[in-house]
Amino acid sequence: MNTSLQQIFINACLINNFVLALFLGICPFLGVSSKTDTAVRMGAATTFVMIVSSLCAYGIHLALEAIHAPYLHLISYIVVIASTVQFVEMFIKKTSPALFRALGIYLPLITTNCAVLAVALFQTSREYNLLQAAVFAFGSGAGFTLALLIMSGIRERLETADVNKVVKGAGLTLMIAGVLSLAFMGFAGMGK
Amino acid sequence: MTPLEKQPPSYMEEFMKGLWKENPVFVVLLGMCPTLAVTNSVINAVSMGLATTFVLIMSSMLISMLRRFIPGEVRIASFILVIATFVTVVDYAIQAISLDVYKALGAFIALIVVNCNILGRAEAFASKNSVWRSVLDAAGVGVGFTIACLALGSVREVLGAGSFLGIPLFGPHFEPWTIMLLPAGGFFVLGGWLLVFAWFKERKKVAA
Repeated sequence: MNTSLQQIFINACLINNFVLALFLGICPFLGVSSKTDTAVRMGAATTFVMIVSSLCAYGIHLALEAIHAPYLHLISYIVVIASTVQFVEMFIKKTSPALFRALGIYLPLITTNCAVLAVALFQTSREYNLLQAAVFAFGSGAGFTLALLIMSGIRERLETADVNKVVKGAGLTLMIAGVLSLAFMGFAGMGK
Repeated sequence: MTPLEKQPPSYMEEFMKGLWKENPVFVVLLGMCPTLAVTNSVINAVSMGLATTFVLIMSSMLISMLRRFIPGEVRIASFILVIATFVTVVDYAIQAISLDVYKALGAFIALIVVNCNILGRAEAFASKNSVWRSVLDAAGVGVGFTIACLALGSVREVLGAGSFLGIPLFGPHFEPWTIMLLPAGGFFVLGGWLLVFAWFKERKKVAA
């Protein structure tokens, strides 16, 4: 596998897009994608948490390797993510109360976003070094934001479309996600 | 036990509501990530369902026992820690039982931690109810989740590989719908199920 930084970024962002190819972070993808505005903010906050927790996870991995305790990986990762989210929440509240109100309930929900934990787990199993891990986290965050953005654009248009009452709602959203996922498969050729 | 003002629902109802009325996947739409990701064959879907059910029941039981000792401010962090502990147990157990299943499920076993269903049940039910009730509630949601995984897994395996539990169903001339095994297929099948349910609901409304 090619592990140049550029390759890692493209791989995480497009080819193996977290939402559309690996099914990670579906809950916020379905929940927060009804408006473009909130979708972008959610994406940015998630990306930030991903990068910070990925760097922390790298340190933890080294520490746990040193004391030979691999079974503590999962527990320590989730604690790091939860505290990063808490930290981000306090930081945003202090610096920009307006953004804090806009994000509202979505901020604490990042803790249970599987994409964030998956970044930490994948970088461990693929044995990335510090720089690679950071690029990988940024790429995944960018991919997540991209998927959210595309979806919210489509859903904003759908609001005004004349759709059968039965089809409206989650079923239709999932069908659209399926089509998007098909489209993203086209990026697979960029891999090797 | 705390006195309840209203007539509490029977134990049976506590269990049954997770199966259909509040089915975690089809109705509440939580815990979608593992549901979609690992349901490309029946065996994977069932193992995922069982693993999640185990974690749900055990963590609900423990959290319900500890509900008077956990301070409100740190409850989410404590819940997550309890859940992560049990997931680690499951992770090692599956690795010991079947290496094939472990490889197929991959990172998604560890990701049971962030299945919103488990934290949701802990927060909404186990932290407020007696141990016995919480276990039943968790079992109901777990079985409901397993059924949903199975519903997706069977459609995807039958259409995508032409087999059920690895046993070929159709003759040698069957052309498998490869798309069903790809990520896009997961979205389509779940979307299809949701549409079927929406259609049933609508028909019931018209009939009533």
